[in-house]
Amino acid sequence: MLDKLKIPERHYLNNGHSLASWLLTKDHKRIAIMYLISISVMFFLGGLFAIGIRLELATPQGDFVTADTYNKFFTMHGVIMVFFFLIPSIPAVLGNFLIPPMIGAKDLAFPRINLISLYIYWIGGVFTLYAMIAGGVDTGWTFYTPYSATGSNTNVVPTAVGVFIAGFSSILTGLNFIVTIHRMRAPGMTWFRLPLFVWAHYATSLVQVLGTPVVAITIVMLGVERALGFGIFDPARGGDPVLFQHLFWFYSHPAVYIMILPALGVQSELVSTFSRKTIFGYSFVAFSSLAIAVFGFIVWAHHMFVAGISTYAAMVFSFLSFSVAIPSAVKVFNWTATLYKGAISFETPMLYAYGFLGLFAIGGLTGLFLATLGLDVHVHDTYFVVAHFHYIMVGGAIMGYMGGLHFWWPKMTGRMYSEFFSRVSAIMVFVGFNVTFFPQFVVGYLGMPRRYHSYPDEFQVLNVMSSAGATVLGLGYALPVLYFLWSLRYGAVAGPNPWRASGLEWQMQSPPLTENFVETPIVDTEPYEYEHVVSREKHLV
Amino acid sequence: MSNAVVHADIHGQAHAAHHPALRHHFDTMGQQKEAAVIGMWVFLLTEILFFGGLFAAYMVYRVWYFDAFAEASRSLEIFWGALNTAVLIGSSLTMAMAVRGAQTNKRTATINWLILTMLLGCVFLGVKVIEYAEKIEHHHVPGFNYQWAPAHEAAPAAEGVAAEGHRKLSLTPEQLQLMTQIYFSLYFTMTGLHALHMIVGIGLMSVITWMTWKGKFDREYYTPVEMSGLYWHFVDIVWIFLFPLLYLVERHT
Amino acid sequence: MQIFGIPIFPDQASTFARDVDVLYFFILAVCALFATGVAITVIYFGIRYHKTHDGEIGARIEGSLPLELLWSVIPTIIAMVMFGWGATVFYHLRRPPDEAMHIYAVGKQWMWKFQHLEGQREINELHIPAGQPIKVTISSEDVLHSLYFPAFRTKMDAIPGRYTELWFEAQRPGSYHIFCAEYCGTNHSGMIGTVTVLEPAQYQAWLQGGGLEGTLAQRGAKLFNDLACSTCHVDTGQGRGPSLKGIIGTTVDLQSGDTVTVDEAYLRESILNSQAKVVKGFQPLMPTFQGLISEENLVALIEHVKSMSPNASATAAPPTPAPAGGKK
Repeated sequence: MLDKLKIPERHYLNNGHSLASWLLTKDHKRIAIMYLISISVMFFLGGLFAIGIRLELATPQGDFVTADTYNKFFTMHGVIMVFFFLIPSIPAVLGNFLIPPMIGAKDLAFPRINLISLYIYWIGGVFTLYAMIAGGVDTGWTFYTPYSATGSNTNVVPTAVGVFIAGFSSILTGLNFIVTIHRMRAPGMTWFRLPLFVWAHYATSLVQVLGTPVVAITIVMLGVERALGFGIFDPARGGDPVLFQHLFWFYSHPAVYIMILPALGVQSELVSTFSRKTIFGYSFVAFSSLAIAVFGFIVWAHHMFVAGISTYAAMVFSFLSFSVAIPSAVKVFNWTATLYKGAISFETPMLYAYGFLGLFAIGGLTGLFLATLGLDVHVHDTYFVVAHFHYIMVGGAIMGYMGGLHFWWPKMTGRMYSEFFSRVSAIMVFVGFNVTFFPQFVVGYLGMPRRYHSYPDEFQVLNVMSSAGATVLGLGYALPVLYFLWSLRYGAVAGPNPWRASGLEWQMQSPPLTENFVETPIVDTEPYEYEHVVSREKHLV
Repeated sequence: MSNAVVHADIHGQAHAAHHPALRHHFDTMGQQKEAAVIGMWVFLLTEILFFGGLFAAYMVYRVWYFDAFAEASRSLEIFWGALNTAVLIGSSLTMAMAVRGAQTNKRTATINWLILTMLLGCVFLGVKVIEYAEKIEHHHVPGFNYQWAPAHEAAPAAEGVAAEGHRKLSLTPEQLQLMTQIYFSLYFTMTGLHALHMIVGIGLMSVITWMTWKGKFDREYYTPVEMSGLYWHFVDIVWIFLFPLLYLVERHT
Repeated sequence: MQIFGIPIFPDQASTFARDVDVLYFFILAVCALFATGVAITVIYFGIRYHKTHDGEIGARIEGSLPLELLWSVIPTIIAMVMFGWGATVFYHLRRPPDEAMHIYAVGKQWMWKFQHLEGQREINELHIPAGQPIKVTISSEDVLHSLYFPAFRTKMDAIPGRYTELWFEAQRPGSYHIFCAEYCGTNHSGMIGTVTVLEPAQYQAWLQGGGLEGTLAQRGAKLFNDLACSTCHVDTGQGRGPSLKGIIGTTVDLQSGDTVTVDEAYLRESILNSQAKVVKGFQPLMPTFQGLISEENLVALIEHVKSMSPNASATAAPPTPAPAGGKK
């Protein structure tokens, strides 16, 4: 007979119930929960715009909304999803919650800065939401000049200010993680005993810290050009619009690695835990995260092959762009090899991990088409690109986030969710996703450009398929809200380690104490060792 | 990571005698200080990238529009720029002295040096006000009736003969108007951003001064003074780059 | 190419379209190989190594340097092949042959204006001969646009203040899409057109301006769309230009404070010199068509506008004789 598990008496969630104890907290776990709620709201807002887009695109004519409204839909969808959902998601929720316990620390190095970064995120969100309510913005999330500086008559400046401010939230999170990982590791927690989740966040933080300031200054330049009439990118005032693209993409390409690297970290944890086996090629996976971060900074102009850069420059950037594919491939192969002679089970987090593997592989492989110069000329700015990045951002990053959420939910809340409904949701997301985005590769190669409100009739069938898939995808995302909320009250008590995973975070109670550990742990074993987990927890079935 | 959680009691041992400034998530003052130092350097790295974007834009246009940039640069007064450079370098010296004072627990000296640093910072900002006023007067602010007419006219060169040392410009007035406007857009953005950082620095110094006066620092703990010093030195270094880039274009004649 | 009537692959209408497609299929094959390889492996492993009892753990395998090298080096080599091949095709795409025929294209919110060296101007339409390399020099009047011919597999951004170029050689007659492929504001998706590839002899004939059919008003209706008049002169009156429905014979207020009665003369003047008498409450945005439109087409357009006022009659005769049957 197993002892009935109970929610511990004292934990971080009941350590103070007032609003002030939450809004003025320095506890990284409470901050993570507040981020979770905030980005979830943003996700569904961005999703609403996506619904608007797919509804319009179900018919070839622009008959659902006006062209201006549609242009605002895709712009707001992009701005919210990139800056207010994807970039914070895993780092601000899972990273914030888990990095201190994973390294044996009580908190991040700078808890107050962590809180400030949350406030900054909220303030940035307020500016952007204001811009939406005040009539929206229609420049595309890429804000290309001169349209954004002089052509558009929508709320560019408030949106730009919101993004600028939110960027500092990202920078401070990255700064905090870097210092924490360097200086707060428990005794015996050497670099090569760190979970790969931590390596991934370290690499992500490097990108956040080095790349985000560049988009910040680019936004400043755009802002002074638009608001004060300075000339920097406007040809009518002697400027070069292509310079904007260079500066913008210098950040925004590494930004996509901010979005995917943490998910790659989650993936390592899931694959290892649910095959009860150490990650194959640990150091290679760890270094590949760093390699992706570094190479990610030298490929930006692959977004500009047809923007008027020289043939020579295009060749250089194409060559370098292939380099960034290799570390990603190495990871995929290492995860696959991890499964060999494993002891595999398919709880929901593993379903997400499998889905991630397939979709990230496809997304990454389609990047090869885009890096290939001769092809990119044809597919640039078509739905082929849209499909590529959604495979990585949604099929990769969001599935990584969902997998991580399902994996660590018991740790964060002390409760298990319904395994049945979570599996249904995972499958709906996988199927819906593919039906939504695979046809977009086809219609993109056919020539359908991006950001089109109406399109020639012959593209309709593929667009209808895509819109149909989006319905299933949306339902798949809505379901977790229900069963997660339900689990908070009615879910089975999880106990400290329901998955029998390795990792210091599973040594804590669920939900954890505010100070994480009663005594600082001392680490004397290698990562991902399951023999000890089995031997210590025989009492759990 | 399955391991035996050994009951280490590092925190317990130090608890009886820890410095009041030791935050509870750190084990020792040394660890706390190291974290602060790494944190501040990482932050300064982000500032380098922040200004770096502007510098990159400036360099691109300077290469493309060199002659116009040289002309525009010559309209700036070297006197004020050099004075500001000296003022800032001096303020870095006073700042270093303030850190030294905090390190040696000399409260009054520290406060005096900090106040001196802030004063020098204000002098810098005052000079910038003078310079900006002059630019406004000459309509050299882009977007606000910008009109390029050089503030300092060399005697018009005879056709085909360059004024001594100056290459004869082959730009039309329209081109000059556009290109110098780019220069001034960047000039105001770069110096404006720098001035903003100065203002933040002065604000930071006033907080540090107040904390020093309140007796918050001693030999074991003066990290905020030191970190603010780092920030101040950084703002100084940015100006060291701005001055030659903006003021000293083709001045060798 | 179509499946059950659904297009799934674009026409190959230029000499290098096939090169691009072959490259595409090569990469597709490599990617499909890796993707299915990985998929089959992970599914197989998931079944073969499924946990059989609680507490079971996997084998302790830390890694294998030879394997890591293998799956780093082989993808690198494949990537280099893709790069090299893609760069070669790209080089070809970006090097117009010396004998290419020159055409100018200007992107403007929201239309493409093409100019043939012989003087012909087109809006949102491009007529070109087959079997002749064509070099298009591109610019923009306002914001970024991008000239895209999917059937030719080539595109290039239109940048204000600069010239860029692309080239192609169309293989056989046909009509294909022209798209704007860089978001440029409200009517980005309306900035589309048709490139018509003609046999060389037909192209010569087209240059001469022959081969037009239909009644004058019908031709005018087609021109009204082709010249993008319909994007601004919306019937509801909510467009950037005044509605033309029922305006013949009405009196309109002008920006200048004067009034004018709408007749053929006013229509003609507004088309050729649109800034002269702008209707009050509207911006002076209408392009002038002086030099862009032949007399015949001008008359056809006027007839079409007149047909939008079925009960009115013109108060003044047009300066050129109107063909019989055109007036109502």
